[in-house]
Amino acid sequence: MNTTQQANEVYSENGIVYPSKVMLDLSKLKKVYPTPKGDYVVLEDLNLQILKEEFVTIIGHSGCGKTTMLSMIAGLNPISGGNISVLGNPVKGPGPDRGVIFQSPSLMPWMTALQNVLLGVNQVFPHATKGQRQDIAKYYLHKVGLENAFHKKASELSQGMQQRVGIARAFAIKPKVLLLDEPFGMLDSLTRGELQDILIEIWNKEKITAVMITHDVDEAIFLADRVIMMTSGPKAKIGDILSIDFERPRTRKSVLENDDYYTYRKHLIDFLEH
Amino acid sequence: MEQEMVLKNENSLSSSLKQMLLKLTPSIKKDGIIKSLKNTGITLLSILLFIGLWQMGSKALYNKEANYRVEKALQEQGEAAAVAERACIESGDSSCQPNTLPSPSQVWASLQSLIADHQVIRADKAAFAEKMAVTNEKMISQGKDPIVYTGRASFVDIVLTSIKTVFAGFLLAMFIAVPIGIVIGLSPSLRSAFNWFIQIFKPVSPVVWYLLVFMIVKTLYIGDSSDNAFVISFISVGLCAMWATLVNTAMGVASVDKDYINVAKVLKLGTFQKVFKVILPSSLPLIFTGLRITLSVAWMVLIAIELLAQSQGLGLFVWEEFQNGANDSNSKIIVAMFVIGIIGFLLDRLMLAVQNMVSFNKNEMA
Repeated sequence: MNTTQQANEVYSENGIVYPSKVMLDLSKLKKVYPTPKGDYVVLEDLNLQILKEEFVTIIGHSGCGKTTMLSMIAGLNPISGGNISVLGNPVKGPGPDRGVIFQSPSLMPWMTALQNVLLGVNQVFPHATKGQRQDIAKYYLHKVGLENAFHKKASELSQGMQQRVGIARAFAIKPKVLLLDEPFGMLDSLTRGELQDILIEIWNKEKITAVMITHDVDEAIFLADRVIMMTSGPKAKIGDILSIDFERPRTRKSVLENDDYYTYRKHLIDFLEH
Repeated sequence: MEQEMVLKNENSLSSSLKQMLLKLTPSIKKDGIIKSLKNTGITLLSILLFIGLWQMGSKALYNKEANYRVEKALQEQGEAAAVAERACIESGDSSCQPNTLPSPSQVWASLQSLIADHQVIRADKAAFAEKMAVTNEKMISQGKDPIVYTGRASFVDIVLTSIKTVFAGFLLAMFIAVPIGIVIGLSPSLRSAFNWFIQIFKPVSPVVWYLLVFMIVKTLYIGDSSDNAFVISFISVGLCAMWATLVNTAMGVASVDKDYINVAKVLKLGTFQKVFKVILPSSLPLIFTGLRITLSVAWMVLIAIELLAQSQGLGLFVWEEFQNGANDSNSKIIVAMFVIGIIGFLLDRLMLAVQNMVSFNKNEMA
């Protein structure tokens, strides 16, 4: 496939050779919002490298600039300074190589679940036949457990089911990087658990580099290879990074039974309460 | 007294009906039925009250004018003339009837005479068509225009002309306002370029629009003897009524949920796809709200514009009846008033149904 081919190549830019393992590279990233009282610096000197096939979660206090960072990676928010590159190519704007799962499901309420997924699939695979595109969309809807709701209007689905469609839509366009902005923040804890399982199940198969913002420490540990802790703003940067060394595929039970889990948890909570 | 009797009957009837229905329906549905019965009852009661007040009002006005006439006869011509005047009024002779607000029964009679008149004219038309059938066929085969009926229009024809005018005006408004609304909604700079234009022309009165359209159409039709009253009136109606749609469309397009726009950006949808798959569907509810206002405004200004344009519709009918000053003119005007009101109400219901059909979020609709 296209993705794997590119993944094996080595990219170079301005004489710097990027190691092929790095998918997403943020260097000296800066974001400034001009205000009447002078510039407000949200992020400054933020450096982060995220590897291929890595799942990274980001935690930090509200308003520290996590979402700003994510939308800059998505290309929806202009960069004030520094660089973001995907496989060595600088990010210049939004594009389907970086799929986004938004905090609110953001489905088109007048379309059916299938049409919502197809909206992206049609765009990314313009040369596929109509049947092939339908199959792709249906496959991912099936994966998120919506095989009985293809033709339901998005407005008729519950919040949890809408976010399932959101997950299907993001995976179906086969992005290089998946950006998740607190996708389960608005759900009740039971639904949240279900959706975490679904997300990680699909991810185990597709291994798309994922960057996810969360407020939930348990979620951060359960899903991630690395948990990135951001300092509080203004001038937020990376405060600490914690590697989670549980084997994959993980189950909730095995994670909870592992003694390291509580060490990790304490580490994160100490950081947040600091 | 009669009024009270009617009210009492109505009450006892509805309560016995209620009892009967209650026995027939399962208990779950009871509340709903009682509620709808109650609502219908209240509506009926208020209609009766309205008719009662109207009856009383017209009676008072009638008496006032009758007394004045008698008084005037007494002062100017003496006792005998006053007695004669009173006798004349009481006899119901049309030459000396007070000309004032007609009573409900007079209006009802006028409605029936208008319908009877329509039947007569329709029969006339049919007879004419039959008589001319052979001649017209010949004329058509010779490439000439057939001879058409040019007699008086019946009340139903008049109503149909008005409805035709309003729909033509509505369609014109839609075809002008929706595309322009979309374009200025998409572009903030065009929006500010158009803003002064909208702000200035929106409050212009129907009469002035009519005059403007008249100036232009008159010149365009110069040397053409055909009747352009219909064209002038529907264009004026359209121009008067289009502003609500224009403003609503622009607002709907400009205020599409930012999340949807972000999705479109992430998927890199082209401009065409973005407009037709995301922006337009999401602004449809607001566009239709605008169209609904446009239709009701169109119907409202239609009467004034038809009157000015001498277009054969309800507006002209009302005006001609007023100028006519015949004995039943006033009650015909009131008939027209009710017809205008009822058609306006039906048009609004129609648009509401369409609006509900296109709205994707049923919860947001009242």
